[in-house]
Amino acid sequence: MGMTITEKIIAAHASRAAVAPGEFVTVRVDLAMGNDLSTAGAIGVLRKMEARRVFDPDKVVIVFDHVVPAKDIAAATMLTAVRAWVREQGLPHVYDEGRQGIAHVVLPEQGFALPGDLIIGGDSHTCTYGAVGAFSAGVGHTDLAGVLALGETWLKVPASQRFVYHGTPGRFVMGKDLILATLGRITIDGARYEAMEFAGPAIERLGMSDRLTMCNMAIEAGAKSGIIAPDDVTLEYVRPRARRAFTPYRSDPDARYAAEHEFDVGRLRPMVAKPFSPDNVVPVDEVAGTRLDQVFIGSCTNAKLEDLRVAAAILKGRKAHPYTRLIVIPASTWIWQQALREGLLEIFSEAGAAVSTPTCGACFGGHMGILGRNEVCLSTSNRNFVGRMGDPTAQSYLANPAVAAASAIKGAIAAPDEVL
Amino acid sequence: MIEGRVWTFGDDVNTDVIMPGKYLNMRNPAELAPYIMEGLDPDFARKAKPGDVLVAGKNFGCGSSRETAPAGLHAFGIGAVIAVSFARIFLRNAINIGLPVLECAEAARALAGGDRVTVDVTTGAILDAATGRRWHAAPFPETLQALIREGGLVPYVRRRLAGGTR
Repeated sequence: MGMTITEKIIAAHASRAAVAPGEFVTVRVDLAMGNDLSTAGAIGVLRKMEARRVFDPDKVVIVFDHVVPAKDIAAATMLTAVRAWVREQGLPHVYDEGRQGIAHVVLPEQGFALPGDLIIGGDSHTCTYGAVGAFSAGVGHTDLAGVLALGETWLKVPASQRFVYHGTPGRFVMGKDLILATLGRITIDGARYEAMEFAGPAIERLGMSDRLTMCNMAIEAGAKSGIIAPDDVTLEYVRPRARRAFTPYRSDPDARYAAEHEFDVGRLRPMVAKPFSPDNVVPVDEVAGTRLDQVFIGSCTNAKLEDLRVAAAILKGRKAHPYTRLIVIPASTWIWQQALREGLLEIFSEAGAAVSTPTCGACFGGHMGILGRNEVCLSTSNRNFVGRMGDPTAQSYLANPAVAAASAIKGAIAAPDEVL
Repeated sequence: MIEGRVWTFGDDVNTDVIMPGKYLNMRNPAELAPYIMEGLDPDFARKAKPGDVLVAGKNFGCGSSRETAPAGLHAFGIGAVIAVSFARIFLRNAINIGLPVLECAEAARALAGGDRVTVDVTTGAILDAATGRRWHAAPFPETLQALIREGGLVPYVRRRLAGGTR
């Protein structure tokens, strides 16, 4: 019987000819990712495990993203401990302040996450790397410590669900809208403990930035991983940056799926997830006019260079509404520099945006854009749970960067075609 | 054996409400204990007592991988979490740190806030002594049971490293 791409990658890393959904296997990892928070947690656990060295320094990437530059004294203390450990271990792949970015954007961008890889990361959005055709799953910091110590972990082989997208998306319809529409249909636990495999003609025409956005939000359906089989678009992206040899896999035509879903993206409008769940999804037109105190363009989901270009094209020569704060946080230092060279940062600043260096910050209610009592925000990020971005009475709507830019201008949720 | 009061929660309880993001840079679990479930009930940590049992619907612990969520519950002394189902990362985290989690849809649907239950976390037996109602959580797969028997991931990895397997 045929296997899915996910089953093939897991089998290859378990030294098995084949695996089937539901089996428990031990797998070798090609890459372990820790961010500032999960690495700090893992360091304490590694001591309890009496693990003195990481399994292979070349296979470890540490990215400072959640609380940099240090948001308070507790964060500063934590970051100091992470830096000391990184130096003690002699880790070569470290993205600290000045080079920092959000891990899920940095790893593909810097050629760490590659087709056929098995990657474990100490952050739920680790599923993002499925966009390059890797199996990639998030864990907590104790599991991360286990992987750092042993270079392996246990996995339950997930069943796969296949999502097939047909048609050509309209203007301002992005990967974010495809995944929001998917979440709206299957709900927040629609793929719990399973792999989401995205395919079809509309995916083949999608660029890497939109593919990364889609796989990034697989966790929002409870999925263990999201994945897109590598094609020419993937290889064109990966080849110039790959740090190692890699093996692309594809699902067999007779692979088994727990469910198959079809979508026609030709009729899709830009979508918005209303408070308080990313599966609470409606077309933007249904919530147009909702007043906004803040618009946040950032996060691992939608602050890549392509996302910033889309937002800047709408904001160019325009101003954010005087009663609406606009915050723009590029997802990596490379993107920040590129956005500077292309004049995007100037466009944002001229539009009245506060533009910061890369951080997860506002997305998780950490710093750099926390919401106050009863405030309403539209965000390009991935979660809008109660209290996610600040006060529990605050509300967040999730949308793509074009909707975010248009909404900032209007001071209220707006479809991009309303302002252009 | 755990004996405590039941506190009920709905479906899809996410880790942002179990432990809000502003507490993410606290590293000592004891510091987290006063804030558990703050996003749903800011007074929860003042009302609940060690040994109490959380009962929830499907997909408990969804969202962020933050281990501060199960660590806070564990540090507070929450005796067990009984749910229809758990989100994947939360389940792994809970087992790794020794927070008892039981998947039992029947108990999760039948129990009400204020009930008192006795939970045998090794057998999965759940008993409401006042009414005599009994349930049995589905046993975890052998891989997880072995990890639970060993006391979580830390002793497992320590033994592996000491054994020279790496």
